[in-house]
Amino acid sequence: MTDVSPSPVATLPRLGEPAPGFEADTTQGRLALEDFRGSWVVLFSHPADFTPVCTTEFVALAEVAPSLREKGVELLGLSIDSIYAHLAWMETIETSFGVEIPFPVIADHDRAVATSYGMVMPGDSTTETSRCVFFIDPNGIVRAMIYYPLTTGRNVDEIVRVIEALQTTDARQVATPANWRPGDKVILPAPRTVEDANARLAQHPDARHWWFCETDG
Amino acid sequence: MACINPDGTLSVVARNLLLLLETPHTAEASARALGLPLFRIRATVRELSRAGLIDRTAETLSRTDLGGEALILDAESER
Repeated sequence: MTDVSPSPVATLPRLGEPAPGFEADTTQGRLALEDFRGSWVVLFSHPADFTPVCTTEFVALAEVAPSLREKGVELLGLSIDSIYAHLAWMETIETSFGVEIPFPVIADHDRAVATSYGMVMPGDSTTETSRCVFFIDPNGIVRAMIYYPLTTGRNVDEIVRVIEALQTTDARQVATPANWRPGDKVILPAPRTVEDANARLAQHPDARHWWFCETDG
Repeated sequence: MACINPDGTLSVVARNLLLLLETPHTAEASARALGLPLFRIRATVRELSRAGLIDRTAETLSRTDLGGEALILDAESER
């Protein structure tokens, strides 16, 4: 009987744990994750340069990049294309769409970063990175992840919304409800004792329940 | 090394940072002076430090003698 070892299972980053470190060639020089300390990072992968859906995503992300930077957020793209392909594609986007790509893009030709973040989904494609988004906080912790298939362009409004929700949560120790937008009511964490539940109702007589209490955002 | 091009010349950011660091600066002040995000400065400092062109003392960055020579060689190669 032949001894067959199972295929290694790629590990994926986990919420609340440190983001895998890396140092990689990008369109803005060799960058390490550590270079972004103190900023939020939205690390996102795309399947390939010179493809239409990815182009629409880059244009949309470039449009929100200035406002994200004002919020202390840096965008960092990735695919397994070469630096030269990235540069040529970005030049084409600028000439064809009038949009300059202001964020760096990793040329992950050895897939080192893609592998450590689980960006290659063999069931989706064995040769391209899927549309993954990692939200990394200023302490280098993975706070949220989104995975889209090759065929579905990402919702950039949702990426911005997640960042705004995470920053609101950190600033105020609250949670954000479904479809929350900045300015909407936020949710107070539920009390954990009878006394605190009674106190919550006393402090917030309009609350739906002691465990469901909204407050101004 | 991304801050030094394959032909031996300095990258634009590396050259501008070395020129700026004739006077010591912090990374944050360097980013403001050059109009670049802080992550670009940190990355360039890491590479120039490895090459011995920049010294880091606590929070202060300064150009080494070797860094000055690199600028001279870079200027000569431009001619």
